[in-house]
Amino acid sequence: MKKTMTGHKAVAEAMRQIEPDVVAVYPITPQSEIAEYYAQYVADGIVHTELVPVESEHSAMSACVGAAAAGARVMTATASQGLALLIEVLYIAAGLRLPIVMALVNRALSAPINIHCDHADAYLARDAGAIQIFAESAQEAYDYMIMAQRIAENERVRLPLIVNLDGFTLSHSVQVVEPLPDEEVKQFVGEFKPVYPLLDVENPATWGPFAMPDYYFELKRAQQAGMETVPEVFLKVQEEYAKLSGRPYKGFFEGYKLEDAERAIVIMGSTAGTAKVVVDELRKKGEKVGLLKVWLWRPFPKEEIVKALSHVAKVAVLDRALSFGNMGALYLDVTSAFVHREERPTFVNYIYGLGGRDTTTEHIEQVFAELDAARPGELRYLGLRE
Amino acid sequence: MPNVKVLAKRQEAQVRFTAGHSLCAGCAESMIVRTVLNSIEAPVVVASPTGCLEVSTSRYPTSAWNVPWIHSAFENAAATIAGVEAAYRALVRKGKIKKKIRFVVFGGDGGTYDIGLQALSGALERGHDFLYVVLNNEAYMNTGVQRSSATPRGASATTSPAGKAIPGKPQDRKNLTEIVAAHGVPYVAQASVSNLIDLANKVERAMSYQGPKLINVLSTCFLGWRTRRDSAVTMAKLAVDTCYWPLYEVVEGVYKVNYKPKEKLPIEEWLKPQGRFRHLFKSEEGKKLIAELQAAVDRHWEELLRKERCTQGE
Ligand SMILES: Cc1ncc(C[n+]2csc(CCOP(=O)(O)OP(=O)(O)O)c2C)c(N)n1
Ligand code: SF4
Ligand SMILES: [Mg+2]
Repeated sequence: MKKTMTGHKAVAEAMRQIEPDVVAVYPITPQSEIAEYYAQYVADGIVHTELVPVESEHSAMSACVGAAAAGARVMTATASQGLALLIEVLYIAAGLRLPIVMALVNRALSAPINIHCDHADAYLARDAGAIQIFAESAQEAYDYMIMAQRIAENERVRLPLIVNLDGFTLSHSVQVVEPLPDEEVKQFVGEFKPVYPLLDVENPATWGPFAMPDYYFELKRAQQAGMETVPEVFLKVQEEYAKLSGRPYKGFFEGYKLEDAERAIVIMGSTAGTAKVVVDELRKKGEKVGLLKVWLWRPFPKEEIVKALSHVAKVAVLDRALSFGNMGALYLDVTSAFVHREERPTFVNYIYGLGGRDTTTEHIEQVFAELDAARPGELRYLGLRE
Repeated sequence: MPNVKVLAKRQEAQVRFTAGHSLCAGCAESMIVRTVLNSIEAPVVVASPTGCLEVSTSRYPTSAWNVPWIHSAFENAAATIAGVEAAYRALVRKGKIKKKIRFVVFGGDGGTYDIGLQALSGALERGHDFLYVVLNNEAYMNTGVQRSSATPRGASATTSPAGKAIPGKPQDRKNLTEIVAAHGVPYVAQASVSNLIDLANKVERAMSYQGPKLINVLSTCFLGWRTRRDSAVTMAKLAVDTCYWPLYEVVEGVYKVNYKPKEKLPIEEWLKPQGRFRHLFKSEEGKKLIAELQAAVDRHWEELLRKERCTQGE
């Protein structure tokens, strides 16, 4: 049944339906409402989760690591400075192969302090070893929170997973969301199957040993192997979920009017919605423009992106965070995928929307308009007063 | 109450902490860990922050732990065990676990007094059911004897060295035991590697309470203190006999001093055998500092006795 709700509520609803054993969470704008909704579910006895109202995000992720190693299904949520504070432990969660699912309500990083959206927090976690998915809408955030369990918990994957949703734009705005019935969600995610749980006291396991140069490298390579199995698992889970929900999830990204596009934008998050409007308008005028909206950012689906973009002449990659001293991270991902290809578009990189700066249809129109004349490899800023 | 025989029997029945670890020969930490684990009858899950114990017991692919054990980072052992304990409660409620399981942390002074204090305070306030044992060797030993907030004033540590201008660490040590007591937890105590039966009794008493419990155990590090390798017990005993490290407990807010030396030894007896204090004996300024350390010990000891009198309602 279709309902109207905020992105927060959509995420909290998914969490309520999944009903993890443990949720450890610390408030920060624009994530706090997720923590608050969930605390209310616990207070009302609607869920039987152990809520650990920790004193910091660092402890939130630490408690998640302890609980997941103990053998529980575990979730958390954060944003911005909270992600920055817990990043140490996110690396540990990945190194220990713990399938902790985290909603990241994207917000800019200090300084200057700013509570509004950009993707600097997600980019900070880029190399932590977590799977990262970006949602365009509250519906996608809801859907991917549910798919996340199955992807992260797959026995060959077992990695933390971040579902990104844009702060305020998605978290606070009321949208139409169609949740699945509780029973269907419960059945879809299934029972959690722990591996070597600490609470199996008859079979004592040592978690988090230290490794010298003689083993560290192999353990990290094994972690990469876990990442390498994600695409296959992602597609399978997505297919199953598409069937269940009747929603058109197929692939690592959504290609929008891309098949015959001559110019295209690559983007992640809610601004894809704005860009789709522009694509439709320009298409009406006969311009062959398209869009590639990334869902799965880590691991990065190189091959498939190459296939989807090879025929396009000009591509603008839009990054909602700076990588100081170099091009945007998504731009580097996309362009490096083409490095050994003869047939490839020319690329331009735009940085947009930092600290919640609005990106409007005019801005997206500007990108398409400038694309032909832009110098290949150029780094541009969208909506900035120079 | 556990005695030597009981402890020995339990050690035979299940070796929870095995030989083959790589702590220095003469390190106090293994004695404390064994005594604590043998003083708990129920199955246990253990967490340790980064530090000497952790690196010496978990070199992949080996392990000295015959009980479930987890290390995550340096500052988060209390938050980690809080997560384990929350998972336990959730799974018990779902009927997936039936056994009574207890939760123990062994953390160094650095991982507890300093970088882990916030996580510890949070876990104490939230009331998780766990025992936190501090292996207090008064410095960051694992990383080369740097100062911690448990390092006593005047001690030379590698980041508060005794030099021509400054005679070792200028600041007094932090009183973690009292900080924990101020959280109002059911059980807090100080113990010493020199008095293992006292430690065993304290663990047993602590485990009779639900909720957070902490035992701050003085743990000789001959390397960092620059004493004889075989002095783990004798050095800790001097700390107790000089009242530098009183053995006491706070049970539901009531203080009890477990050992009152008949003759309180002068602080020099504890300082003198330790290389980290050697410089104090070589100058007038150092001797003045020793007198101040003595005054501080006396003041704290009297304060402790007063707290005992007050809370026992005598
Ligand atoms: C965040 C972080 N900062 C610093 C370190 C380096 N470090 C590891 S162990 C340690 C000192 C441990 O001291 P303590 O807790 O007293 O244990 P001990 O080795 O003395 O038993 C330090 C500084 C670290 N691992 N992580
Ligand atoms: S350095 Fe000190 S604390 Fe560390 S193992 Fe050696 S004796 Fe023990
Ligand atoms: Mg220490």
